[in-house]
Formats: sequence, structure tokens, C-alpha cells
Amino acid sequence: MEGRKLRGMFGSQTKPETEEGQNTMSQAGPVTETSSQAPGTVSARRAKTLEAKGVNLYYGDFHAVENVTMTIEPNKVTALIGSSGCGKTTFLRSLNRMHELTPGASVKGDIYLDGEDIYGGGVDPVAVRRLVGMVFQQPNPFPTMSIYDNVAAGLNFNAGKVSKGDKDAVVEKSLRGAHLWDEVKDRLDRPGSGLSGGQQQRLCIARATAVSPEVLLMDEPCSALDPVATLAIEDLIAELKKEYTIAIVTHNMQQAARASDNTAFFNLDESGKPGHLVEIGTTEDIFTRPKQKETEDYVSGRFG
Amino acid sequence: MAHFDTTTNAGQILAAASGGRRRRGDRIFSNAAVVAAVTILALLVGVAVFLVTEGFPALTASSSELPKGESFISYVAPLAFGTCLAGVLAMIIAVPLAIAVALFITHIAPARIAMTLGYLVDLLAAIPSIIYGLWGIFVLGPAAVPVMKWLEEKLGFLPIFEGPASITGRTMLVVGLVLAVMILPIVSAVAREVFSQTPRKLQEGAQALGATRWEMIRTTVLPFGKSSVISGAMLGLGRALGETMAVAIILSVSGGVTFNLISQANPSTIAANVALNFPESSGLAINALIATGLVLFAITLATNFIARMIIARSEVR
Ligand SMILES: Nc1ncnc2c1ncn2[C@@H]1O[C@H](COP(=O)(O)OP(=O)(O)O)[C@@H](O)[C@H]1O
Ligand SMILES: [Mg+2]
Repeated sequence: MEGRKLRGMFGSQTKPETEEGQNTMSQAGPVTETSSQAPGTVSARRAKTLEAKGVNLYYGDFHAVENVTMTIEPNKVTALIGSSGCGKTTFLRSLNRMHELTPGASVKGDIYLDGEDIYGGGVDPVAVRRLVGMVFQQPNPFPTMSIYDNVAAGLNFNAGKVSKGDKDAVVEKSLRGAHLWDEVKDRLDRPGSGLSGGQQQRLCIARATAVSPEVLLMDEPCSALDPVATLAIEDLIAELKKEYTIAIVTHNMQQAARASDNTAFFNLDESGKPGHLVEIGTTEDIFTRPKQKETEDYVSGRFG
Repeated sequence: MAHFDTTTNAGQILAAASGGRRRRGDRIFSNAAVVAAVTILALLVGVAVFLVTEGFPALTASSSELPKGESFISYVAPLAFGTCLAGVLAMIIAVPLAIAVALFITHIAPARIAMTLGYLVDLLAAIPSIIYGLWGIFVLGPAAVPVMKWLEEKLGFLPIFEGPASITGRTMLVVGLVLAVMILPIVSAVAREVFSQTPRKLQEGAQALGATRWEMIRTTVLPFGKSSVISGAMLGLGRALGETMAVAIILSVSGGVTFNLISQANPSTIAANVALNFPESSGLAINALIATGLVLFAITLATNFIARMIIARSEVR
């Protein structure tokens, strides 16, 4: 895993992106390295920790998310729950610097990927997004590309020349990893848009894992899917956490309870106010003995 | 196509005006649509019939009866060649430029610059072609003379730059450039429209994989816009093929077929040839000019047909 640095990872990408949403970050102070390693997780590869410290997110003047400090642990699934509009998507998008792609959006606070400030000066957002992949609420395969090319798409970015043989191997491994290989292996050259919704979402997961990120962010990946497809994705998430750090937004309490190790509950006091993190803990704690009354109301209200 | 859109809108307004009676509105709408479609077809057929009947005498006449004492085919062939050469040259210059401008406006430039540039490009479409002609002969042509001299010296081994370079600038290359500027607005407007409609979720999908802006454009924006850009390019080509005044003013014509773009001796184009010769023609000569118009009509139809095939092929994979 060494050598996958945020800085100078890609020679051609020294200039930071000049999107409207310039972040107004304080410089990263010295960081205590690996303060939150997951002990005892048996993993084929060591995934990375994401730490948010005092993160505030804005759309222009609108303060969408206030002062979030939390750790997303490696090789675990962290669920983000909370009522609609409390900033879960916004927060998730700040974790791979997608937030700043929205015109006028800005970020305050620090986010560390294994101790390295992803908003630090000179860090290339493109490099961050290679390490922190994302699966969206709506499946979004590239409609003009074949299934194969969809999975291989990220390999053609930056990486330079990937040989055809290597590409074949990565495509197969990613599709197997996404539990999609058997369904599509005979029609890899067909358009990805011809698959069912659940298959498309698994294709998007395969596409995201093909570039071997450290962290996978998922924004309500099952909200457009039927229950069978949803269970398939949940199984897949359980597999994927052996290799990745996973954060998943869900509005489905059962899903959070089934599929996650840790749960973060977000809320907002009233509409128009910024959303904030109420509490984070193990999923069991949050669902059975939350510290905050708000959490208990939300969890039991939705569960009952 | 443009005709269709406006009439459809009119149909919708009619339909809406009919008030709550949905079924009646629907009927009016579908009738209006049918009327519009039939009108367009009738216009097309009418033009074709006119061209054929009026051009027919020239098509059947013997060489000696025709103005220049040559057969119609050998009369029209250099003109058709010149028309296609000017059109293709304009496309080669304008389409990449239009795509670049459209991408710059939709995906690269900051909002304020993008808007200003957009207005400026649109303004190019508002300039009458006679002005382009005058600009071509008085400004661009003379300015191009040293460039064409240079091309002749350095790249003279290519047939297209063989020379001798014109000293007036009234060459096919200058015509191509002027036509390119003329069709730039329409092609880039179409490209701009479709590029700006690229679904955000696709663009973000690419960016979330670590695509740079250019990689994102290459994987999502360009494929999404491809068939519309081809259609836009065809609209532009149609205009370039039919452009009359600018070509008639600029081009120094000697007839004959040549790919040499920088010399004084050029084939004319069908439209410019009609404009230049119509005033002094009578009798069978007029029929001959109309028959060349029929050839232009056929060329335009053929390019549209080919474009449609390209689009269809790019969509069925
Ligand atoms: N692109 C945007 N521009 C402006 N405001 C936005 C944008 N996206 C989301 N918001 C606002 O930010 C707040 C949080 O939204 P979001 O993160 O989507 O919430 P959640 O995912 O928890 O439902 C909401 O008030 C929403 O209206
Ligand atoms: Mg959301």
C-alpha cells in the first residue's frame, strides 16, 4: 500500500482543481499517525481510516452540515442514518472531495485519510477520488459503454497503459467481487445500460472497486432497488469490508442494523438549520442503548 | 427539423388553449402535427418537382445547345466538386473548433466568461453573408497571402498546398475559412446545448473514479453529445454547401478540378455559379443553372442521409 500517496501521485496533476468551491482549509497540523487502527480485524489488505475533524459544509451561504467530528474505521461498515435533508449525502461527498464540484460549495475543517489531510495544500482532488471511491444513489453506468468498458473505465484514467491482459484480469476480479460475473460473463460487450437496476448498481460497485480504492462511499445504494437486489448488495457489502473501509448512507433502519458495524446518527433541529452528528457508536449500541434521547426516538420510531 | 420544433410548439399552445377538454386538445394537437408534417413534405416535393421540370431541358439537351458548348455533366462536375471541397474544408476547420468552443463554454470557463463568449459566438450568426464576403476579400484574404506563401514553400509537396500561392488571397482556403466562421455558431450552439445536458450523475460517476476534467469529458460528455454534434455539423454543412454571396465575392474562379487550395485557379461552387451567371443567362442557360441546383439539392440530401446512417450506426452497438 505504500507509494499510494495523495501528493504527486500523478505527475500531470500538480495544479489543484479550480472549481468555484475553493475550500477554506486551515493547514493540517501534525497528525497522530494511525490513532484508530482497527485491532483484530482479519483482512487481506489493510484498509485506511477516514477521520473528519470539525467539518462544516456550505452551499454558498447555506450552512448544510455543522461541525462533524467522527472516525470511519477500516475494514468496517459505518452507516450514516438520519432524516432526509440532514446532510448525509453532503457529508459523504466531502469525504472524497466531490462536494466542491457543486458550484459555490465550500468546506471548512479537516479530513484525514490515514493521517494525511485530503484538503491539504497541494493535494490533488483527483488523486483523493482514486483512493476514496463512490457509489451513487441512482445506478449510473456509462450508457454508451459496454459492461467490460464500464468496469475498465477507471483503469484508463491516469493510470497510463494497462495491458489488455491485466485489464481482463481486473475486470473479471471486480465483476466477481461485485457478484455479477456469472450473470454477465457471456455478454461483456453488451451495453451496461441493458442490465437490471440491481445489476447496474453492482456494475457500478465493480467499476468503483476496479481502480482499487482504499475507501468506498455508498449513498443509499439500494434505494432504487427491489428487496432481492437489496439483499444481494448487502451481502456484497459484507464481503467488501474485508478489503475496504466502507461508509454507507441509508434511510433504511433494518439495513443499517443488518449491514453495518458502526452507526452515525445525523439530525437537524429544524429545516433551514445545518445538520449535525448526534452520536456515533457501534451499531448495537446505537440501536439498543443510544446515549441521546434524539437517537432513541429516531431509531425506535422508525423501527417500531 | 427546426421547422418541426416550432410547429410542434404551436401545436402544443393550440392544444393548451383548448382548455380543460383534453381530448379535443389532443385532436387539435395531432391534427396540427400532421398538417405540419405534410406541409414540409409537400414543400420538399414541390422544390424537387420544380428543379426536375425546369432543369430537365438542360439535362436532355445536346452539348452544342448548352451555353459553353460542353455536356451538362462536364459543366456541373467541377461545380459539384468545388461545392463539396469548400463544404468539407469548412467542416474540417469548423467542427473541431465548434466542439472546443462548446466544451470551453459548458465545462471549462468560469460562468461569466462562458456567457460572454457564448453571446459573441451567437453574434457571428447574425452577420449577413455579404459582410463575410467583404471581410474575406478585404481582410482575411490579404492577411492569408503570406501564410499561403509560407505553406507553398514549406508544405508545397502536398497537392493541397502545391501553389503557386495566390497574391490576392481569393483562394479556396480563404473561402473554407470564411465558411467555417459562418457555420461555427450553429455547430457550436448545437454542441453547447447537448454538452450542457450531459447528466450530472454520469459526470460525477467519472469524477468519482478519479477522472480528470478532460477524462470526464472524454468518457461522458463527448459520447453523450456525439449524435447531436453530428446533426449540428450537418446543419452547418448544409449552410456551407449552399452559401452563395460569400463564395461568389471571394473566390477567384477558373473552372477545372483541383485540390490545390492556395492558388488563383479554383473551381466555383454551384450556388456561387448560379448567382454570378443568372443575371446574364436566358433560355436553356437558365435551365442549365436550375439543373445544377438540382445537383446541389441531391448533394445536400445525400449528406443528410449519410449523417443519419452514421448516427444510427453509432447508436446501435
Ligand atoms: N446542490 C445543492 N445546493 C444547495 N443546497 C443543497 C444541495 N444539495 C443539498 N442541499 C441542501 O443541503 C441539505 C442537506 O442535503 P443532503 O446532504 O442531500 O441531505 P440527506 O442526504 O441527508 O437527505 C438540505 O437542506 C439540502 O436542501
Ligand atoms: Mg441523500
